[in-house]
Amino acid sequence: MIKKIIAAELIENKEIADKVYRMTMKAPQISESFCPGQFINVYLNDKSMLLPRPLSISSVCEDTVTLIYKVVGKGTRKIAAYCPGEVVRVSTSLGNGFRLEDVFNELGGNSKVIALVGGGMGVAPLIGLARMLIKEKKVRGLSDEVVQIIAVVGFYEEPILLEALEECCHRVYFATENGTEGFKGNVIQLIEQNDIRADYYMACGPKPMLRAIAGRCENTGISIQVSLEERMGCGYGACVGCVCKTREKGTSKTKLKKVCSDGPVFFGNEVVWDD
Amino acid sequence: MTSLNVNIAGVMLKNPITTASGTFSARDSGAFYDINELGAAITKGVSNVPWDGNPTPRIAEAYGGMLNAVGLQNPGIDDFINNELPFLRKFDTKIVVNVVGKTINEYCEVAEKLSDAAIDMMEINISCPNIKEGGISFGANPVMAAKITKEIRSIARKPIIMKLTPNVTDITEIAKAVEAAGADGVSLINTLLGMKIDVYQKKPVLWNGMGGLSGPAIKPVAVRMVYQVRRAVSIPIIGLGGIMTGEDAAEFLMAGADAVSIGTAALVDPTAPVRIKNELIEFMEQNGYRNLRQIRDAML
Repeated sequence: MIKKIIAAELIENKEIADKVYRMTMKAPQISESFCPGQFINVYLNDKSMLLPRPLSISSVCEDTVTLIYKVVGKGTRKIAAYCPGEVVRVSTSLGNGFRLEDVFNELGGNSKVIALVGGGMGVAPLIGLARMLIKEKKVRGLSDEVVQIIAVVGFYEEPILLEALEECCHRVYFATENGTEGFKGNVIQLIEQNDIRADYYMACGPKPMLRAIAGRCENTGISIQVSLEERMGCGYGACVGCVCKTREKGTSKTKLKKVCSDGPVFFGNEVVWDD
Repeated sequence: MTSLNVNIAGVMLKNPITTASGTFSARDSGAFYDINELGAAITKGVSNVPWDGNPTPRIAEAYGGMLNAVGLQNPGIDDFINNELPFLRKFDTKIVVNVVGKTINEYCEVAEKLSDAAIDMMEINISCPNIKEGGISFGANPVMAAKITKEIRSIARKPIIMKLTPNVTDITEIAKAVEAAGADGVSLINTLLGMKIDVYQKKPVLWNGMGGLSGPAIKPVAVRMVYQVRRAVSIPIIGLGGIMTGEDAAEFLMAGADAVSIGTAALVDPTAPVRIKNELIEFMEQNGYRNLRQIRDAML
């Protein structure tokens, strides 16, 4: 696939929660071939900060792309200061997103539940994922009775994107760790407390959460895809800065894979979690 | 007509633009630009057996540059020859394989296998700051540098380019030592040893603690060293260290480099090698240079 660096015009860049921004840009080159779970590199205008900021795509709509990101340092602070009308340099889609084919192949035609699990900013790509799953359900002629999509999401303090999730999921369960809103606790406790069961999990969030949910899936023989995060250099596979340990199927042999270009989405049973 | 040809140790490169070791992946970089445009592709370091490299985080940003402590993760020479090389071979560009090891024997084992492979040159990395044994321990001492050069030279049946470290008092001493020991060329500079501390977490950003600084922040150091080494040895020099534009490339050539490598720039802008090549052509046309030799001689 040909990848490019493009100039995209900003349509919106707005704070939607404390330090959390929604950026929408016009970028048909990205929206046309979008796979949920993919990310783009945002290149900064300030040349003292050389490295791109890899931000996950939350959703796409016609020729626009929406990112939801949190200001965590100097780079994202610069990005938050960009105004609508400004042009930003971004890459076209990078990485491998969630494998939707695998989900439907595995579920077959019976009544099934797909659970989207998110922690913190990991909730962002679940919007695009849920919408794409609905689209795929329609294509395959699967009614809501046959395949249900639920979301189980956790936050530290302030929930985000709940409305967007409610629009496309049958049910949204949410927790905050300090108990300001919703269930008090983390995602795992939320699942246990509500006895939430699903036939396929797709998750994005902090590594401890992913490790815990992947462990539960492993024990019960349920499939899960996880989107990993790691500090990246180039974001496209050249620098080998971001790696995770994986296990080759059916063997004890491990292999280091690049999160940016081999992932960021991996099958839960492929990731070696114990480091 | 502008000519970009350059002869490095008997290997004719169609242009002086090469990829700095560790910043190029044929499949991933090739998704952004046509690899046929490169004078040479210099690969990531290859060792005799697979290496895991360092744990993450391996990358940290610095003002005008970046630190890395990847630690030479690679799948080993056999995997390289069987899987990576056939893919790279499809392109019309010279192939320079970067060789790493913990001991002289390990370097020699790789060099031996590469001597029978379809490659053009080897770049011997005696300058990596991110591994405990080997790497920089060979490159920081003229006696050791000469010894390893001599041993590899005696078994390698391809030109060998010794990649030098800037983390020394006098780089010309090392350059002269490897030239005398039979090196066919030198490339410089590898990264400068640096460190970044997260003052909120109260610990180094990189897992490894320290890492190699690269990018435009180190360019003046690199230009100075190329300039000094050019005046100390007569073998070809591949110059690198923070080249971001065609003008930067011209600066290295004028300092005495025969070819240049693009590293950090390609991580910052994946298409940088091609852009820099085109900018260099433009620089030459606008300033009346017909070939690279004329740039190199401009300041002599």
